[in-house]
Amino acid sequence: MDTNDKNYNLSVKLDKIHLRNPTMLASGILGISQSIFERLYLENIGAIVTKSISVKPMKGYPNPTVIPLGGGSYLNAVGLSNPGVDAFSRELSNNKIVPIFISLVGSSEKEFSKMVKAFDALNILGYEINLSCPHVSKMGMEVGDDPEAVNKIVKTVRMNTNKPISVKVGVGSIDVVELARVAVDAGADIITAINTLRAMSIDIETMMPILSNRIGGLSGNAIKPIGIRCVYEISKKLEVPVIGCGGVSSWKDVVEYMIAGASAVQIGSVLGSSGPRIFNEITTGLKKYVEKKQLKNIGEIIGISHKY
Amino acid sequence: MEFHTSINNRRIVRIEETVSETPTVKTLVFKDDLSYTAKPGQFLMIWIPRIEEIPMSVMINSKEGYAAVTIRKSGIGSTALFERKKGDLIGLRGPYGNEFIIRENYKKILIIGGGTGLVPLLRLASYASKKKLKITIVLGAKTKKEVFFEKMAKKLTEHVDSSVIICTDDGSYGLKGTTVNVMSNLVRNNTFDCVYTCGPELMMRGIVEIANKNSIPVQASLERYMKCGIGICGSCCLDNMLVCQDGTVFNGKQLSKILDFGISYRDKDGQKIRYN
Repeated sequence: MDTNDKNYNLSVKLDKIHLRNPTMLASGILGISQSIFERLYLENIGAIVTKSISVKPMKGYPNPTVIPLGGGSYLNAVGLSNPGVDAFSRELSNNKIVPIFISLVGSSEKEFSKMVKAFDALNILGYEINLSCPHVSKMGMEVGDDPEAVNKIVKTVRMNTNKPISVKVGVGSIDVVELARVAVDAGADIITAINTLRAMSIDIETMMPILSNRIGGLSGNAIKPIGIRCVYEISKKLEVPVIGCGGVSSWKDVVEYMIAGASAVQIGSVLGSSGPRIFNEITTGLKKYVEKKQLKNIGEIIGISHKY
Repeated sequence: MEFHTSINNRRIVRIEETVSETPTVKTLVFKDDLSYTAKPGQFLMIWIPRIEEIPMSVMINSKEGYAAVTIRKSGIGSTALFERKKGDLIGLRGPYGNEFIIRENYKKILIIGGGTGLVPLLRLASYASKKKLKITIVLGAKTKKEVFFEKMAKKLTEHVDSSVIICTDDGSYGLKGTTVNVMSNLVRNNTFDCVYTCGPELMMRGIVEIANKNSIPVQASLERYMKCGIGICGSCCLDNMLVCQDGTVFNGKQLSKILDFGISYRDKDGQKIRYN
């Protein structure tokens, strides 16, 4: 890490890597274009998580796929649309400076091993395994709700890479801490918590569900307290770095997640109202907080709430 | 923030009137205050219940409080919308995006549109006409049958020193040739403070090139597939720009740096596809 970086007091350690600051792009948001990643990097982002990539390209569901609900909350059932492993390898092939985690989604060990083999030579930080998308059959949460499948998939990815692996867990039918434990036992280095929560919205005029898939995932302000609780419980019970995710819209939310136990924090839905400049705004706010609290490094606040 | 919340609120509106522009192009009129006051270049996300949601530029309507969308039927969503009848319900959110800018010192502007690309340009022309600017509108189509909005364009340019020039690729109506040909001739003998364009991207690329070459300020409103319309999904990216949040309007300087402009777009799965 470059200690001359003006953000050195915001730098955080995640497994064996350092990020210049704890802000990350959450998977599923703006995650398909290297040019956009470079723009976010100029906006001072700590790291990027790409859209979840599958072996074959996926078109996702028809629109409506994203619904702003008001009050900073969103409902989506995009359906894991992504360009597939081949096109996405080409997309990232010239990446020089952007710290990128590739999010992976699939149904079998074979698919995960194929993807990691294709991506591992790229200039990337590591992987995030999506075991928690709540609205696509045979993928995401349908895998995450099966501890044996989680164990096998994480072990398969582990066998194929030395890079850090994060497993993204959500609120499904298995207790989030138990699911995280299975992932860590199978070789995960980091846990990302949480994904969106299964939710629905119906229009009362037409009396019809709005999402084409009817059911989707809730994100944004409404889910932040649930994310905070999950990060708190996982980081308190397991010896693993946790990345917080869910309803972060300001530097204050990042601080709250870190105090709950997060080493880094992902940001997503808020881009729907603020645009990419939010990362600059948040890191500026974090620096002021570090100064005000007279911290040498923001990492000092990670999990500090566990004391009380 | 309050403003954002209200544009994000989904409104369900009844189609009050339909206007057949050509056999494949139709205008649907509805009442919605936020759409009525939309800026030229802004778009709505139009919900066709249980079928699709698509971005559509906001068409003007003469009645206060009313707006419209003009659809050319092509894909599933646009065809379904095209088939909606008077009395049917559709959903709206928006308007989203930036707008065409008319600078204070502009006196004479050139507006160049092809097909449904005229939609944001007519809203622009109505603003410019209220400001008493001299407006030249070039309205291009492949053939006579595909020419529409001629009457409205003429009405908006009734005032002094303004005009409408029609051109068709096959010469079946108006001048023979493309809008790019017409523009080349126009800029040779006239000075314009700004060129505004919307239409097929390859056409806009040609227009932006001529404007940049002649050092005329130019603004173009771009179209892309979108899932969210609000800067979340990334489907509408050109290089590092998002059509929904950074656009839909980009200026000549920006466009000269965007390598994807007139070259490629992203498919529903996010793969880059080249224009033919």
